[in-house]
Amino acid sequence: MSLLAVAPALPLHTAGKYVAGAYIVFLAIVLIYVGIMASRLSRTERELIELRRDVEAQRSAQDSEPEREPVA
Amino acid sequence: MKTVLTVLRKDLLLELRGLETLPAMILFAIVTFVIFHFGLNRDTIDGQLAAGVLTVTLLFAAMLGINRLFVAEREQGGFDAFLLAPVDRSALLVAKATALFLFLVVLEVIAVPAFGLLLLGPSLGPALAGLIAVLALGDVALAVIGTLVSAIAVQTRARDLIGPIIGLPLLLPALIGMARGAGPLLVAHGSSGPPGKWVAILALYDVVFALLSYAVFDFLLED
Amino acid sequence: MTTYGRGLRGLSLAAAATMTVALVLTFFYAPLDANQGFIQKIFYIHVPLAITALCGFVFGGVLGAVYLRTGDRKWDIRSYVAIHMALIFGIGTLLTGTIWAKASWGHWWVWSDPTLTSFLIVMLLFATYQPLRFSIEDPERQSRYASVFAVVAGAFVPLNFIAVRAAQAYVHPRVLTLTGGNLPGSMRLTFLVALAGVALLYVTLWKYEMAAKSTRMQVRALRRALLGEDSVVPLKRSAAPS
Repeated sequence: MSLLAVAPALPLHTAGKYVAGAYIVFLAIVLIYVGIMASRLSRTERELIELRRDVEAQRSAQDSEPEREPVA
Repeated sequence: MKTVLTVLRKDLLLELRGLETLPAMILFAIVTFVIFHFGLNRDTIDGQLAAGVLTVTLLFAAMLGINRLFVAEREQGGFDAFLLAPVDRSALLVAKATALFLFLVVLEVIAVPAFGLLLLGPSLGPALAGLIAVLALGDVALAVIGTLVSAIAVQTRARDLIGPIIGLPLLLPALIGMARGAGPLLVAHGSSGPPGKWVAILALYDVVFALLSYAVFDFLLED
Repeated sequence: MTTYGRGLRGLSLAAAATMTVALVLTFFYAPLDANQGFIQKIFYIHVPLAITALCGFVFGGVLGAVYLRTGDRKWDIRSYVAIHMALIFGIGTLLTGTIWAKASWGHWWVWSDPTLTSFLIVMLLFATYQPLRFSIEDPERQSRYASVFAVVAGAFVPLNFIAVRAAQAYVHPRVLTLTGGNLPGSMRLTFLVALAGVALLYVTLWKYEMAAKSTRMQVRALRRALLGEDSVVPLKRSAAPS
């Protein structure tokens, strides 16, 4: 395929469609990544909340135990 | 060096006694030629098409051998035994790659004349010297990458799948070299020597990946 | 202990600013190409994406080599993220490349452009990285094998380009890539700014991803320390099993 025979560029309004398409693809990739990171962030947040809850549950369980005396 | 020879001898003896992998590779190649005859609907092919068909067939036959290369070691504790022995670990790479190279040579000794008989239009004679050179360089590439990829794959869950999908893209430059190098040879009244450019690329590829594989192979064997 | 979040805000602002300047330059400053006209503008996003992706793969290989040298798992995770990001940028390259091919030549795919073909081969290779990782269960072995792969595949990138370029006969003028040497000054400036912008974006996203992974691992380690081994749910598919 010789490029020289196909020299003229497409008219601007058609060409604009492709250029816009390319840049939109790029933008979409970045935004999709942002979305994925957002869901991971919320999952981490949930995990931390759970961790805090579990630690406090364990602490309160331990607090209620020292009332028992060790058997001599 | 002694280690290499010992392991090599073991592998060759195993294959000679068992005769599993090599006949399968050879049969596969010949059946593939038949398939190509029907698939392309041609009685004879020549030039670049012939080189492509030959290269692809040899590649897929090689894949059969590559998949099996380390299976015995994995299943019968050969890796552990090797690690315990006070030897240089890269010797395993050299031995296995040499074994694979020899298998490929035997494969080609049978498959290339078969190709000449079944599918190739022009006579094989004048092209033979150049073809041997190109195939030899290509076989080194197949042997080195095949051994590396096989060693990686044998430790994964999806053994037979991982080998080819990693190996095929890695081998592409070498395959391009083999096919394009052989193309001008398989033409009636074609040149008798392969194009220098492709020989150079094959040689460069072989050197780089042989060195690289030698450098990283140790890490694959650690327990 | 490295904190990946530090400096991330400044870095992302720098990336955003550079990308904005690049876009402005692309559409308001760079002259129209004589051959391709407006379509050539895709060049300013496609080629930086390509170069960054390829450098990312090589970078991943280097990081893998450091892991093999040191045995410190953080290098393996860095290598994984580098390759992961490079794959994403590579997909962007292929997509923008096919759009450019369609606009210039009328076909969605052209074999005659050696760079696009080389790139496809590289992507096919690196697409196997994750299947390979996830098929090895032992974490230390997974890191080791992945690093070996990263090193070999990283070395493969330049060789592949040499081979494919040699294979495409010089009969075909290389349409989709303008060699850096022939670019007039204003185009070259735009290109360099675009390249800097995409490179900064890559580093920003790499750091971002590392920060996310590091945070998650810290949470798990904390849980393990506070509540014991059993309370930690094992991860199913993870490049950083812990």
